[in-house]
Amino acid sequence: MIELENVNYRYPASQQPALADITLQIKAGEFVAVVGANGAGKSTLLYALAGFVPHFYGGDFDGRLRVLGHDVAADGPASVVGQVGLVFQDPFNQISGARFTVREEIAFGLENLNVARAQMDERIDRALALAGLEGLGDRSPFALSGGQQQRLALASIVVMEPELLVLDEPTSQLDPVGTRQVFEALDRLTGERGTTIVIAEHKLEWVAAFADRVVVLDDGRIVEDAPPDQALVADETTRPGLGQTRYTRAGRLARQRGLIPADRPLPVTLSQAIEYFS
Amino acid sequence: MRIHLESVGFAYAPDVVALDGVDLTIEPGERIAILGENGAGKTTLAKHLNGLLKPDSGVVEIGDWSTLEHSPAELAARVGYAFQNPDDQLFERTVRAEVAFGPKNLGLSAGEVDRRVRAVLGLVGLAARADTHPYDLQPTDRKLVALAATLALETPIVVIDEPTTGQDAAGLRVLAAVLDRLEADGRTIIVISHDIDFCSEHLERGVLMADGQVLADGPLAQVLSQTDLLARAAVEQPQMMRLAAALGLEGWPLTVENFIADYERQHRPQGGRP
Repeated sequence: MIELENVNYRYPASQQPALADITLQIKAGEFVAVVGANGAGKSTLLYALAGFVPHFYGGDFDGRLRVLGHDVAADGPASVVGQVGLVFQDPFNQISGARFTVREEIAFGLENLNVARAQMDERIDRALALAGLEGLGDRSPFALSGGQQQRLALASIVVMEPELLVLDEPTSQLDPVGTRQVFEALDRLTGERGTTIVIAEHKLEWVAAFADRVVVLDDGRIVEDAPPDQALVADETTRPGLGQTRYTRAGRLARQRGLIPADRPLPVTLSQAIEYFS
Repeated sequence: MRIHLESVGFAYAPDVVALDGVDLTIEPGERIAILGENGAGKTTLAKHLNGLLKPDSGVVEIGDWSTLEHSPAELAARVGYAFQNPDDQLFERTVRAEVAFGPKNLGLSAGEVDRRVRAVLGLVGLAARADTHPYDLQPTDRKLVALAATLALETPIVVIDEPTTGQDAAGLRVLAAVLDRLEADGRTIIVISHDIDFCSEHLERGVLMADGQVLADGPLAQVLSQTDLLARAAVEQPQMMRLAAALGLEGWPLTVENFIADYERQHRPQGGRP
């Protein structure tokens, strides 16, 4: 599905590489989280997968990048339109502003793909439900709250039924209930439709509970690529920008106090923590 | 400086009621988390504190001032407000000028303005970026600039709207340091946040809102122990409280340290501690 080999990238007028020697393979149907400090290269990596880097940004790119068999670094996002969907961090970058209602906004991409009207309505209904926006279809996109706009941005991409869904901190404006809805929706997409998901996210509690794999970036490099229970238990002194879930912190503190044997693996999720402390 | 709200009602439009009979008294130096889902009325409540919004009914008093009788510009000397979206707040060409703008408008001397700018930029970790244009910063750093600009006013009351949004672990440590400093200075802190774990670690009193009303108000652990009210407000418990409940531990731990203390007390055999 995705193959990067020795990818290096620098934005125009920047001295520092944004991506440094990235080698990464992602298989169809995987749910992969990209984590790390702000400025570590998470968004850049996501933009590369969707063909926006280097196509729209310019800069120096080298290495091999294939997404669904396409050379997206050379051919840009048009080569994978309909197959790869990118949800931006800021919903204002996504919402066209050219449409009067939420339904019309979601229809925008489908109209460009010449999808038949009846099929369009059905797909829009599904996207609204998946994003938890039922009943808001006739509102103006600009009458929505920040959290609702973020879910509209998600719905307007999901409705295209991409094979690869790339999401840049899609829950940053959302409350815990909204965040849960988004992660559960993504989980359904991988489970029911086999959609491949690559998501940049700071909320490690949710990453730990839903991702199959966690890629940790630091200064543009991959410093870890492992399942959450291995990738997210690093000591905070070695990964100061990453942090850890409270479950991991509690596990480590209990270990230091001699309350739990040191050979028991540290927990990253609630269910693991329950087992750890039982 | 005391904050007092009595029977405050506010509607954006006749059918969009945002606050409905809110009573709230906050004593000087309290550290408050205002909790609730998107649309619960949290930000509307906060905007009443600095007079950006005026109550349709009831009164909002900041010290001996009713917000009905004072302009937002006057109230800004008493209540600092760091917006959720920093771009609502930033307009100068450098970080330094942005942070200096408020203190200059207070008519302070150049030396005092400079002292405040240095102090707050140091506190938020942006001292090295003083000459940068705010829009050349990452959005999360812009948010810290907006916070620094608010802190530089040295108001007795500080309201911070969704400070943790988008922040990484390093940003969260900066915010923790800011709250520690405000606490040490005895200033009243009001944080509006979805980040229940962050609130649990740094604040002491919780005001739980839903549909423009206050559902619960009290010590944070006590508010967060009322699962029926939390469900109504669509607010989740902090991670440690969920873990303690799942393990059947007694107590309502807010932090990792609280949890370990509860766990240790209930799992050490009597007298077994060396």
